[in-house]
Amino acid sequence: MIANFGYGALIITFLVSLYGVGAAYYGMRQNKPAWVDSARNGMLLTFPLLSLSALSIVVLLVTDHYEVEYVASVTSRSMPMYLKITALWGGQAGSLVFWSWLMSAFASAVTLRKWDRDREFLPWVIVVSLTTLAFFLALNIFVENPFTRLWQFPSGQVVEKMFQPAGSSLFYPRDGQGLNPLLRHPGMIIHPPMLYLGFVSFVIPYAFAVAALVTGRTDDRWIRLTRRWTLWAWMFLSLGLVLGGRWAYDVLGWGGYWGWDPVEIAAFMPWLTGTAFLHSVMIQEKRGMLKQWNMVLVILTYSLVIFGTFLTRSGVLSSVHAFAQSAVGPLFFGFIGLTFVTSLSLLLHRWNDLKAKAEMTSMLSREALFLLNNLLFIGILVVCFWGVIFPLISELFTGQKVTVGPPFYERANGPLMAGLLLLMAIAPLSAWGHSTIKTLGRAVWKPAVVAIVAVLAVIAAGIVNPYALIGIFLTALVIAVTLYEYWRGALARGKRHGESFFVALWELVKRNRRRYGGYIIHLSMAMLAIGIIGIEIFQSETQGTLSQGESLTLGEYTMSYQSLAVFDAPDGRNVARAVVSVNKNGKPVGELYPRRDFFYDSQQPMTIPGVRSTIEDDFYVLLVDWEEISTNSATFKVYHNPLVKWMWMGSWVFIFGTLIAAWPEADTDPVPARNRKRASVPAKA
Amino acid sequence: MEETTPQRGSSNRMKFIIGGALIVAAVIYLIASSTQASAQYFLTIDEVVAKGEEVLDRDLRISGAVIGDSIEYDRESLTLSFTVAHIPGDNDELEAQGGLAKALHVAVSDPNRSRLSVVYEGAIPDLLQHEAQAIITGRLGADGVFYADELLLKCPTKYEEAVPEQASG
Repeated sequence: MIANFGYGALIITFLVSLYGVGAAYYGMRQNKPAWVDSARNGMLLTFPLLSLSALSIVVLLVTDHYEVEYVASVTSRSMPMYLKITALWGGQAGSLVFWSWLMSAFASAVTLRKWDRDREFLPWVIVVSLTTLAFFLALNIFVENPFTRLWQFPSGQVVEKMFQPAGSSLFYPRDGQGLNPLLRHPGMIIHPPMLYLGFVSFVIPYAFAVAALVTGRTDDRWIRLTRRWTLWAWMFLSLGLVLGGRWAYDVLGWGGYWGWDPVEIAAFMPWLTGTAFLHSVMIQEKRGMLKQWNMVLVILTYSLVIFGTFLTRSGVLSSVHAFAQSAVGPLFFGFIGLTFVTSLSLLLHRWNDLKAKAEMTSMLSREALFLLNNLLFIGILVVCFWGVIFPLISELFTGQKVTVGPPFYERANGPLMAGLLLLMAIAPLSAWGHSTIKTLGRAVWKPAVVAIVAVLAVIAAGIVNPYALIGIFLTALVIAVTLYEYWRGALARGKRHGESFFVALWELVKRNRRRYGGYIIHLSMAMLAIGIIGIEIFQSETQGTLSQGESLTLGEYTMSYQSLAVFDAPDGRNVARAVVSVNKNGKPVGELYPRRDFFYDSQQPMTIPGVRSTIEDDFYVLLVDWEEISTNSATFKVYHNPLVKWMWMGSWVFIFGTLIAAWPEADTDPVPARNRKRASVPAKA
Repeated sequence: MEETTPQRGSSNRMKFIIGGALIVAAVIYLIASSTQASAQYFLTIDEVVAKGEEVLDRDLRISGAVIGDSIEYDRESLTLSFTVAHIPGDNDELEAQGGLAKALHVAVSDPNRSRLSVVYEGAIPDLLQHEAQAIITGRLGADGVFYADELLLKCPTKYEEAVPEQASG
């Protein structure tokens, strides 16, 4: 019953979406605003409709309706309530519905904004959003239906069908298979929603870009309208990536956080183009340049979002095998190809209207450095894309499948990322329009001295790894320059307005949220870099089998094996939990409890590390094996991960910075967008 | 924004084109050299066994079906060893056999399939179990044993592909 209801809601939403696309197009062509309004109402309706459908799945999940195939595949009786609810995105079919639901939320939100000034964009925004939505709904309805049920024939044969085949009756499995144990982690519960939020909210800037291309309103209006959308989208996507890393670090038990897995790269690629886009739109707003390029970036980001959804969701690339294990593969490629070709031809059609009004004049000007930043981001994108498709290319040309692993990405991306750090340090000090070595040098020398002192301090502490030193120099330079910018800005403002330093700092940030919020994001990236340098260059590990009371030493740490208990937990797990005591430099610093859970329903173990985390380093202990019954001895693998906590701290700073940059301004600028550009050019860099 | 004279404009443009070209060249160089440095030949077990000596000191990536009974963990030397059976490397062939889960089942049940012993120093990955698909990076030793640097495991359940688990050594 509930399944039929949910499926019905899916179909109605699909039809409403198709209607919206048609009505918006017709209303626009025939100049009948009533039709466009009707389409707009349709778009508004998609959210409540899909909410009903998503809610149906949740109800089925929490009430143990195992006759529904999806419910049986992702939940089991022993799972706690919150996991049953979040199983909505624990499997392919449900997560596609979840994706569409988020998409409809954003689409509905867009319809609610004031459209007075931008009326001509509306039909096209509707067409693009609802086409995307309709595509994903079609996948659900025709290929990955979360409401299919299990039917049993008198012969005993069980089939998966939406509707009752003649002569069969509903089949009720006694229990479900349960969610994959690896996914039962807080990080995994919020990681997919964040990633999806990031993915779907990038659809909106793209929709506006297409609207601008079609209507020929190729000024900066679409960029100004979507600036905040883009920032939110970018924040969610970034958080999705970080949470995924955190999950890997806590759950996968290999002491790492990022493995350059194709699926990870698939989520990373739209982030790269999105970040490039966030930077390059500023050049368009300030100098009227790079308009064509911004269109290219937003189109690329959208295509990569769809591509990323496909890869992360269909699981096809989790192996080294080629594409398309599921029937959704060809459909996805068809859709990506179609939207890509359509958007590019629109762009070519408007190519001349998008010519820049000004030319770059100086290699060290702010805009030139932004351009360089874009080139580096695209460079990293090309590296990633090449790595993902290399097996296919090599097979095509040599008949031999050759893959590239993490060393490829690290080696090729390392210098490019270092270049980005350098730019992050220099660009804030360069001026729009014109900068020379001399003016830049005058601005940069003080922070550079700080960075050099930091490097000397690190050398004095005994670290001589050249890569680490370069990394530390660049990171220190970014931090010094960024703080210097705050200091300089606040001081100048204080002098001008007779304010105290902190009042001036507050006012400065309040009046230039985007810029100073952006600088906080730069600081968070520097913190991320510190964590990455720490774990990538200075990680050390050891392992050993210990009898009770014996100990194992790694660097300054010594751990000793105290005891181990094996017991059944009420939620269907068998837990083996070790107690190890940890000493640092001979002083006790506490106990850790690495454990291994065995899940009865899925017959799968899961290793959970014991971690002592400080801002200096993480001491990370895995329980590998133990002597059954007597538990006299146990085997441990131990990692020492310096500075890794800076990555997680950096992500909090990052959220804070994005909130500042994206928070709606209280005093909105009354100058119409089209006249503002000229007025803001001479602003101090 | 003063107008630039055409001459200055074109010399400027030249500078930017050269600068851009240098960066493009650098990216191409990075990709080409890194690809060469970290290329791993992806082979099926049949191919490894057939080529034998030919691929002795190459970085390889192989895929096979884990035979559950063969999994052994030596707590003294902390080494893990197990045997994998050949499964087709081509996706279409896997599909033709009824999907990955079916192909894995057939592979471990067939004693005539070519098999390969794998040795790995490190923790036992959670997903290492009977009929799992192992994707293994490493080198073939002269003793015919495959020495793994990295294990990637997939356990297709009846309904859904599991997430990949990674273990680096």
